[in-house]
Amino acid sequence: MKPLFFILIFSALSLIAMRGAGAETAKDNYKTYCIQCHGLKGDGKGINVPDMSTQPRNHTDAKDMSSRTDAELFKVIKEGGQAINKSVQMPPWGDVLSDAEINDLVKYLHELCKC
Amino acid sequence: MGHTISITCGRIFSWMSVIAVLVLSPPVLAQNTGATGKGALDDSCLGCHSVSGKVVDTLAKLWSRKGPDLSSAGIKYKKEWLINWLQNPVRIRPAGMFYGNHIKPGPKNDVIDESSLIKHPQLSKEEAVRAVDVLMGLKAHQERIKQGDYKPGTIPLRIGELVFDKFKGCMTCHQIEPGFGGASGPEMYTAGKRLQEDYMISFMRDPQKWEPKTFMPNKHLDEGTLQKIVHYLRVLSMEDFK
Repeated sequence: MKPLFFILIFSALSLIAMRGAGAETAKDNYKTYCIQCHGLKGDGKGINVPDMSTQPRNHTDAKDMSSRTDAELFKVIKEGGQAINKSVQMPPWGDVLSDAEINDLVKYLHELCKC
Repeated sequence: MGHTISITCGRIFSWMSVIAVLVLSPPVLAQNTGATGKGALDDSCLGCHSVSGKVVDTLAKLWSRKGPDLSSAGIKYKKEWLINWLQNPVRIRPAGMFYGNHIKPGPKNDVIDESSLIKHPQLSKEEAVRAVDVLMGLKAHQERIKQGDYKPGTIPLRIGELVFDKFKGCMTCHQIEPGFGGASGPEMYTAGKRLQEDYMISFMRDPQKWEPKTFMPNKHLDEGTLQKIVHYLRVLSMEDFK
């Protein structure tokens, strides 16, 4: 019984280490990096919107959000809008967020759009 | 192209929230003996500004920061601008140090919650000069800056704006005129007077090296573009926006 317990603990710690010491929750990352354009409610009405030439995506729009695959969402968060032929105003966040954090954000987007 | 807003508080010594005690009792600087770092600035400064140069490595730390880290002030800010700003501190980040703490839903889109922003204390000329003497001696992380990295040059204002806004999307978060541009980042129309050029190049080249959790994205700008943007910011800062 004891060895099994230690193996479980070790596995859990390894998993945490693999995610990176600085890993944050998707909700907190969204609050820090996304709401400036996508808005407090995720509806695309962020504080930076008034003078933007392209309106940010409404993450609560199920129909619109369903048109994007998870792979596209991952790519646009990591590499920026131009990586999927969209606006340069969506910047790449790959230098701030780990791949695991970006995957968590993709899941969080599904929560926001309920789709 | 622009609109005018009243700009009130300030960036260097705090964009946004300076604790009430700071407002009520202007900072008194310890006798400047030429020392650098902690001890040379008094508690009223250190209540909001770190001079330790420690990495802000969690979002919790990023959100709770009341003013910018000043450990690299001597390689970041321009001396003359600092002396003037401390005597007339106006806000440089329209939505404070971390915009997420200072916004609320508005009728059309999120808006700044002005009531949550507090002014930076105003210093007398003598206090400002003494403070800046100390600040210019704070040079942590000098290795991140290559002296002479910026090659002086110029660019027509309109071309610079094309690069900054249309090609690179920087205006999304930064204002290029009072009230015109994004509100989450610091205003850029004063950057040319405020920041040392080699620092600007270093920060834009790799913002996360300076601050791993910063909401300034790394746009992987090539060397030519880095130079052009600094040319532009210098030209832009010469404009009269009054």
